[in-house]
Amino acid sequence: MAARVRALEMILSEKGLIDPAAIDVIVDTYQNKVGPQNGARVVAKAWCDQTFADWLRSDATAAIASLGFTGRQGEHMRAVFNTPQTHNIVVCTLCSCYPWSVLGLPPVWYKSPPYRSRAVMDPRGVLEEFGVTLDKDIKIRFWDSTAELRYLVVPMRPAGSEEMSEDDLCTLVTRDSMIGTGLAELPR
Amino acid sequence: MSRHDAPGSQATLPPEIEDPSPFSEPWEAQAFAMVVGLHQQGVFSWSEWATALSAELKRPDAATDGSDYYECWLRALEQLLGNKQIAETGQIDAVAAAWARAAHATPHGQPILLKNDPQDANR
Repeated sequence: MAARVRALEMILSEKGLIDPAAIDVIVDTYQNKVGPQNGARVVAKAWCDQTFADWLRSDATAAIASLGFTGRQGEHMRAVFNTPQTHNIVVCTLCSCYPWSVLGLPPVWYKSPPYRSRAVMDPRGVLEEFGVTLDKDIKIRFWDSTAELRYLVVPMRPAGSEEMSEDDLCTLVTRDSMIGTGLAELPR
Repeated sequence: MSRHDAPGSQATLPPEIEDPSPFSEPWEAQAFAMVVGLHQQGVFSWSEWATALSAELKRPDAATDGSDYYECWLRALEQLLGNKQIAETGQIDAVAAAWARAAHATPHGQPILLKNDPQDANR
């Protein structure tokens, strides 16, 4: 595999289609710079700032871009808000479309066939595997990401976090809570 | 119960990797970045890419735990480049084989250069 990738890199750079230095920058960005801390900032801000939350609800692409997190694939973002009645969960049944700009690269399970099929057919069962048991009255809604539209779940702000600052709230927002396979952590 | 404790079955979600890096080997990161770079250059649209990747991921011999995800990724890239007549499989095979021979012929610790391929006609 490594030799094939080197071969492709060589062929494509000879054709002027890629620049090896630019490839290294992309690797560094996705390995070290983008990650769920970006999404956590979006969620914490929405928890603290109603105007931002409203903006996020009506135009997530612009609201998220205002914090400096923009997608490179020209994709649109939509934020889906958990409520006491509805829990949202995100999947990509097609391949593995994922909101990279706010969550980094997807975890292994997100890309796996069992998650891609079961999140749709048996979301409650999947959530239980993640240790999340929801009340039977809570409706679970799944959102199927595409190349053009990706979803960010805004988990509910946990009880007991009313006095916390936006920075401190960021630490409660886990990656899984923004995919919908988890909840925000409770303050310690 | 966490998903780590779930009994093994085909439908069980794969466990989380402990390594925080999203890639398990460097070539995966390179293959990933090449796709992002080619898209930025306008070589293909992201929907074209998603369709190509999806076709590879849906192959019946794809691993159920997603462990061959970047192998599918690389095959999808080769497929797309072949369709666009940018790089044919035969050409990639030839350069990859030359690269592997060069790596084998290069003393440990030295940079691997394609001219170290013992079969390189330009030597």
